[in-house]
Amino acid sequence: MAEQEQLSFEEAMKQLEDIVEKLEAGDVPLEKAIDYYQEGMKLSKLCNDKLVSVQDKMVQIMNEQGNLEPFDVQGEE
Amino acid sequence: MSEQRYLTVAALTKYLKRKMELDPHLRNVWLRGEISNFKLHSRGHMYLTIKDDEARMQAVMFAGNNKNLAFMPENGMNVLVRGEVNVFESYGQYQLYIKEMEPDGIGALYMAFEQLKEKLEKKGMFEARYKKPIPSIPNRIGVITSPTGAAVRDILTTISRRFPLVETVVLPVLVQGPNAPESIVQAIEKANDLGSFDVLIVGRGGGSIEELWSFNEEAVAEAIFNSRIPIISAVGHETDTTISDFVADLRAPTPTGAAELAVPSRIELMERSGELGRRLQRALGNLHTENSKMLKRLMASYAFRYPEQLITQKDQQLDAAVDRLALAFKNKLDKSRNDLRQIDVRLMQQHPERQLQSAESDRKALAKDLRQAMQRLMDKKQSELGLQIEKLSLLNPLEIMKRGFSVPYGADGEIIRSVRQVEQGERISVKLADGQAECQVLETKEDING
Repeated sequence: MAEQEQLSFEEAMKQLEDIVEKLEAGDVPLEKAIDYYQEGMKLSKLCNDKLVSVQDKMVQIMNEQGNLEPFDVQGEE
Repeated sequence: MSEQRYLTVAALTKYLKRKMELDPHLRNVWLRGEISNFKLHSRGHMYLTIKDDEARMQAVMFAGNNKNLAFMPENGMNVLVRGEVNVFESYGQYQLYIKEMEPDGIGALYMAFEQLKEKLEKKGMFEARYKKPIPSIPNRIGVITSPTGAAVRDILTTISRRFPLVETVVLPVLVQGPNAPESIVQAIEKANDLGSFDVLIVGRGGGSIEELWSFNEEAVAEAIFNSRIPIISAVGHETDTTISDFVADLRAPTPTGAAELAVPSRIELMERSGELGRRLQRALGNLHTENSKMLKRLMASYAFRYPEQLITQKDQQLDAAVDRLALAFKNKLDKSRNDLRQIDVRLMQQHPERQLQSAESDRKALAKDLRQAMQRLMDKKQSELGLQIEKLSLLNPLEIMKRGFSVPYGADGEIIRSVRQVEQGERISVKLADGQAECQVLETKEDING
């Protein structure tokens, strides 16, 4: 699912949890359950990929004008 | 007295005022006493009486001086004040113009802290119902602290260690000094205006009570309370508690702690998402098992045994039909028999006596005719026979014998036709028409011309 790529990690996790709960409730029609399962596994993978790909988001600092600039954490002063 | 020059009240008052203003001791008075009659004027000035067991003195603390007062003076409070004694001309009253005030015994800041805490608590600002939930996995975090020092570094390193996916924006503020509260309030408001933050961390590293004081300011507390974005407060060390901590949605013991509360651990999340994946597998497995069971149940159920049921049913129906057929047949048979009996009865009632009789008489007549015809035939044959007998009797040898012919028979009973059949002396019988004569051959003579 292309739209899964747009999901935030939290949304993906939330959806995954919802799906798991639905499935665990066990009153899902089988076809639906298989759909859920596939979607769930995709979400699980998505979550994992997001967690594994350690692309550090850049830390930014807001300057006087309210614009964002890259921010390097300085060491102890 | 007439030569005496009289002063105006105002002039004397002015004179006294000048006297006091010239006395360096009165310019800078350090005084210890208890507050009574305290009144905060709407315009910001404070009016009060400073007293001890033996005396009292009017005092005023103008807004300009009391604006930096950390605590709110109260009646009965023992205070240490510094100020100058001067005359309030319109009333002709000397009073103490207070420049500085501190609680006597405990620190002013502690007093102020307790007072503000009590005030905000009364307002209900610490109540749990106002606490906003902290999102479990934020996308964007605002860090409101000093851009230099350990706090910001601890927060940022902890965030990137635990959960590098989050976007972090530092909103730099002054965290101590007179301009710090304003700076912090503005940053909180700015973050709320931008509205793109999921959570804010507001705080600073450790320090003295004075250094941490901004976070005990009412304005800062208000800003934290009014923030629509959930706020985690992280001021100083674990032992430091500020008003900000009370109004924040979540209090962290340290800046590092705040970062830990703000973002989940990547490792834990991986475990959780893995666990969810496993639960997913299990759930589907269970579902599969359940469905298999259900399928089995269904297969065993009436619906699936239905064809079989149908057969057995049809079978039974067939039996029933056969039974019914037999019964119907029997009934039919019985009925037919019954009908037959009835017809018989009716037939008997319809007995053909007359036909029988007429047939019998026909038969008798025919028999009679037969006999008569037979008789006629017999008679005819009889007469024919008589005729034949008559003809025959004409040929009868006896008749011939009557005309004088006889027939010799040998001893052997054979008719003797030739002389060669008899010898001399042989006894022979000669049949005559009316009997026989026993004779003896005397001689045989054969005819020559035979």
